[in-house]
Amino acid sequence: MNIGILLKEGPYNHQATDTAYNFAEAAIKRGHTIDAIFLYNDGVLNVSKLMDPPQDDRNISTRWTAFSQKYGVKIYACVVASKRRSINDDVLIEGGVITGLGTFTDIATRNDRLITFGD
Amino acid sequence: MLHTVNKSPFGNDTLETCIRFALPGDPILLIEDGVYAVQARNRFGAMIETILKKNPLFALQPDLSARGISVITSGVTTVDYEGFVELVEQHQVNSWL
Amino acid sequence: MDFVQDMNIKKIMHVLRHAPHGTIYTYEGLEMILIMATYDQDISVVFIGDGVYALKKGQETSAIGIKGFAKTFSALDGYDVEKLYVDQLSLDERGLTEDDLAVAVEVLSSEKIGTLMKEQDVIIQH
Repeated sequence: MNIGILLKEGPYNHQATDTAYNFAEAAIKRGHTIDAIFLYNDGVLNVSKLMDPPQDDRNISTRWTAFSQKYGVKIYACVVASKRRSINDDVLIEGGVITGLGTFTDIATRNDRLITFGD
Repeated sequence: MLHTVNKSPFGNDTLETCIRFALPGDPILLIEDGVYAVQARNRFGAMIETILKKNPLFALQPDLSARGISVITSGVTTVDYEGFVELVEQHQVNSWL
Repeated sequence: MDFVQDMNIKKIMHVLRHAPHGTIYTYEGLEMILIMATYDQDISVVFIGDGVYALKKGQETSAIGIKGFAKTFSALDGYDVEKLYVDQLSLDERGLTEDDLAVAVEVLSSEKIGTLMKEQDVIIQH
């Protein structure tokens, strides 16, 4: 089954990012394809490489990069939402792509499932 | 259709709203703070009982464990992330936020 | 010409449940709906709970320094998004009626909206 994920909250403030990540890993383990992760609202903050949490905490942006590289899944950030929140190509993690909502429309329509994580 | 709810019922009417729109038979999965709804002996016990007459109710075990909830309202099924994925295999998803 | 239903057209429902201004969810939801409306999908928009406040007549936002957008929902009609549904109980609970709304909508019962939800390929809650 092909699954698209919409993530609408930023890192740390909400558990949404962690749930999305754990769900995606479990879906892949069960043989499904995660087509893409699309970031909207504060979710776009997930792809900032400026993230620098304390050593004993998870680093959410490097975790997304590792996920992207391991499974070849792109992490798309909505361009309009990104511009509002200081996200541009200069701060973008590996595996992150800034794109338009047309990309999201494709993700929402071409997959068997779209699942949303947010607040 | 699978409904997910991620809010504590103590601070938010998301679960109440979700069950108003869920059709009979639709499974409801509680995740994140949503799992507080099924802690045994809380004031939502009667509401959970009513939901269970119409809809199967699931709670995400990792979120229960993370919140120190070991005893849950009877009739509620726990699932891990794999069980979450299985529910998504069977149903389109309506993620109530 | 006979109309042949395109298999690629999906039924997509946007659910708006947040009040305007206090958070950005409804405004960014509207931005998403406006873009998706240009892609020939079968789109509907449902207002539930505090989401109904987004349509309230007479919103004057200049003194809070945030752009108002209630009337932008009317523009959806120009993109063939004509399915704007409002939950009856959400209006009732807030002491509102259809006359209090700035945009033409269809007011439906929870049961009817629930049935419509079940028919969707994709539901996006904002």
